[in-house]
Order: sequence, then structure tokens, then C-alpha cells
Amino acid sequence: MCGIVGLFLKDKSLEPQLGEMLTAMLITMTDRGPDSAGIAIYGAQTDGRSKMTVQAADPDTAFAGLDKALSDVIGATVGISVKSTHAVLDIPAGSTAQVRAALKDINPDIRLMSRGDNLEIYKEVGLPKDVAAQFDLAKMSGTHGIGHTRMATESAVTTMGAHPFNTGDDQCLVHNGSLSNHNSLRRKLRREGIHIETENDTEVGAAYLTWQMQNGATLGEALESSLDDLDGFFTFVVGTKDGFGVVRDPIACKPAVMAETDQYVAFGSEYRALVDLPGIEEARVWEPEPATVYFWSHNAAPSTTEKAA
Amino acid sequence: MQTIDLSEVGLRALNKTLHAQTNHTNQTNWEIVNPKGAHAIACGLDAPIEVTVKGSTGYYCAGMNQQATVNIHGSAGPGTGENIMSGKIIIEGDASQYLGATGHGGLIVVKGNASSRCGISMKGVNIVVKGSVGHMSAFMGQSGNLVVCGDAGDALGDSCYEARFFVRGTVKSLGADCEKKEMRPEHITLLQELLDEAGIDADPSEFTRYGSARNLYNFDVDNAGAY
Repeated sequence: MCGIVGLFLKDKSLEPQLGEMLTAMLITMTDRGPDSAGIAIYGAQTDGRSKMTVQAADPDTAFAGLDKALSDVIGATVGISVKSTHAVLDIPAGSTAQVRAALKDINPDIRLMSRGDNLEIYKEVGLPKDVAAQFDLAKMSGTHGIGHTRMATESAVTTMGAHPFNTGDDQCLVHNGSLSNHNSLRRKLRREGIHIETENDTEVGAAYLTWQMQNGATLGEALESSLDDLDGFFTFVVGTKDGFGVVRDPIACKPAVMAETDQYVAFGSEYRALVDLPGIEEARVWEPEPATVYFWSHNAAPSTTEKAA
Repeated sequence: MQTIDLSEVGLRALNKTLHAQTNHTNQTNWEIVNPKGAHAIACGLDAPIEVTVKGSTGYYCAGMNQQATVNIHGSAGPGTGENIMSGKIIIEGDASQYLGATGHGGLIVVKGNASSRCGISMKGVNIVVKGSVGHMSAFMGQSGNLVVCGDAGDALGDSCYEARFFVRGTVKSLGADCEKKEMRPEHITLLQELLDEAGIDADPSEFTRYGSARNLYNFDVDNAGAY
């Protein structure tokens, strides 16, 4: 069992409260996943710059002077903003691969949580309320975000086993369920050259989407094909630069509830997670259909429920 | 009428109060406010009382119900009315998956739609859904009736025994060993009674009856592929 929450804002005036709303939703889902928690938040973008969120077990030493060391290697300014065990690196756009290689040389124990122009991912082991407090998630603003509370079934309770998983630039995945063919799929993907760090089933799901998209699939196509290639139970919520998507396996035993108003589209594993959102009494509340890919994007017309192409 | 604010008293106190009601209680009308999707609201009732929940409920609302009438003025979460023995549950909104699972008796009415596995392993409960039901509904249904005024999803009545299904709209697909059956006068009468009890205005002659083809009751190697 795990808990998923997601919030996509249509009303810009709510953006400063995104972190606060999402944190409250996340904490409500504590009973579904008390062992670790994580959040992916899509915030402001600076022209010509990208972001990388990194994590270290000993942040005091690992992050000290890291910005300078990286600047020296890539020959451009690198900014750093440390939040507990995580740090957001402000890097020149297009330098992600270079920075990643440099990080490996400087300190191989520093772990990459996310990369992209808007995306930041924070995740740790612990009760959702403690993880939220650790990173001051309630203070964050943004256009949309997704969160996850984990009750591990398939692999160890570690930071790297927590969700969300970064699947590509500005893309991430959270999962409720368990994949049963993750071992064979992991072997296959590793042969294809995809980097998979843990024995976690969801990481394989994330790697699968990454691999599909590297081979030219759109995120929507990758999600459609996941319905054929992934065996097991899943409700996936994926975050993208412009919005989020939802897909459930054809059996759909893992719960999912959605709510939409003029101000937002919200996802919760249970209705409980949505009860404190503004105007929820008048919201359209429904369960996403099995084996159907849903997307909401800031790029499309408001209140879209377009199927991904 | 007794009103209980769930956000003030908490779930255990609420259910304890409702459980304390007996066949001879004078407090027959209860209203629960601020349910906020909480789990197990009004579970395990066994008295002729009427409980109205003002809002949406989470998992297992009115589970194991006996005698009581539970009204849900909102939508209901997974497993609502699980193992209902008698009494009545009326859901004004939609119902999530496995509504009335293993229910032995009583009536469940859904004014909206019910999700997947509605009436799974039903053993005597009657379920009337004004809208549509999701996939695998009435899987392994043993007895009782499932009435669907809208459409049914994939694999209706898979591996069913003697439960009856009445569907007014389309059935996406029938499950293993479930087949279309003739609507005889006794079925029209039964369906009319169920619709009347549920307070739903629909013409029984517009419904199609489905039930077990009775080929999978006993193992037969020739049917191995169908299990």
C-alpha cells in the first residue's frame, strides 16, 4: 500500500500555496505510507538555466564548496541552495550531462534526485510530516506537483527507494502498487544501457518510461505501452514540465480519486486527501478509468481531459 | 434526531455510540456530519436505526450492516457495505470498487455509478445501481440480484453461481460461464419489486437478464481453458 497525491493548478493565484496544499494532502496519506515520503514540485524557471536536485547522506561536507568545484569543471557559474540533505544546483541550460559527470568525479556519493528546468524532487525516509518539515515543503510555490507516501513491499526502505523517481528532464513518476516482472525487465533495460540503481520495482517502471522515450515515444505513448509491458498492479501519476498524467492498470485495484474545479485538478489515493481543498464540495469528483491515460497540461485549453497522444 | 460531528468525537466514539443502540432504542435517527472520507463509518451496526452521513465516506462504510438503514449523502469509498447481512444502504453519489462484497442480505442502492467489482462474491444481497457498473462486477456471485440501470463493464458475472443480473444498457463483455437469459414473468415481477424498493423509476421490460450457464460448477477437463 502507498499513497499518492497530485495537484495541478489552473488558478495562478493559488501558486504560492501549492506547497502548503500538497503537504496537507501528503500528511493525510500517512496511514497508506508511513515509511518514506517524497514530493516533486514544478516551480519557477530562469531563462538559460536548469536545475538539478542532489542528495547526500552527509550534506555538511558533501555540499561545502560543491558549487565552486562544479563551476571550475564546467567553466560556468553554478549556484547551490541547500535544504537539509538535498541541494538544488542552479546550472547553465544544456549542461546537465556535464554536471552529472563532474559530480561523479567530485563525490560519487552524491545522488541525483532530479533534473530539469522547473522540477525539484525532495524525498527521504521517515513519516510524511517529518519529511515535509525537513524540507519546508509547505513554503514552496509552483504550478503543479505530485507527492508519495510509501509503504514498501518490493524493496528496502531507503532514500533511493522512495518516490518520486526522475524519468527524464522535468519528468517524474510515483507509483502505488507492485510490479511483478521488474527483475526480468531490469535485466533487459540494463542491457539496453539504461542506468538502474536499486532493486526497487518502481525504479524499473520509471526506467522503462525513460527508455521508451529515448527511443522516440512520447510520454503518452510510453504510458500506453506500459499497460502491455508491465505486469502487476499500478496506479501511476507522472509529472511533466507542463502538467501531470494518470494511468491505472486494467485490473485497477489500487485506488484513485480525482477532483476538478475551475481552480485545480487534484489526485488522491483516497478522497480523504482531497477534503480540505478549496471548493471540494462543488468539485467534479470521479475515479479514473482502468487502462486509460489521462493528461492535464498548462499547454492545452483549460479543463482538458485529453487522452495522451 | 441525534447529530454527531465526526471531526469532534472521532471514529471509535461514533461507532461505539451507534453500536450501543438496541432493538428497543428510542433514538432511531442519527446524522453524522464532517465525515471527510473517513474509513469504517457506521460499520457493524445491528439495530433498526437510520443513520445519515452528510458527505462522502472512505473505505468500508456500513460494512457488516444488520437491520440499520444507512444513507450516504455523497460518494462512498471502496468496500462500502462489505458483508452486509440485512438493512439498507442508500448512496446518493457514486460508489467505489467492491461495493457490497460478499453481502448476504439487505439492499444497497446507488444513485450514481458503481465502480469495478460491484457485488463481488455476493451471497444474497440485492444491489440496485441507477447508473453503470465497472468491470468484473458480480464476480463469483452466488445468490442475490444485481440491477444495473445503465451499462455494465467487462466480464460481468464471471464464474457466477446463482446470482441474477439485470442490465438495462449494454454489457461490455460477459465473464466466463455467464450468459444472457430469458426474462420470464417472475423475473419482471422480481425486478419491479427491487426497483420499487430502491425508489427508482424504470421499466423492467427494458432490462436483460444474465446468469450462470452452469458449465463450470464441476471441474471438467474440457473446460480447463475457461477457468
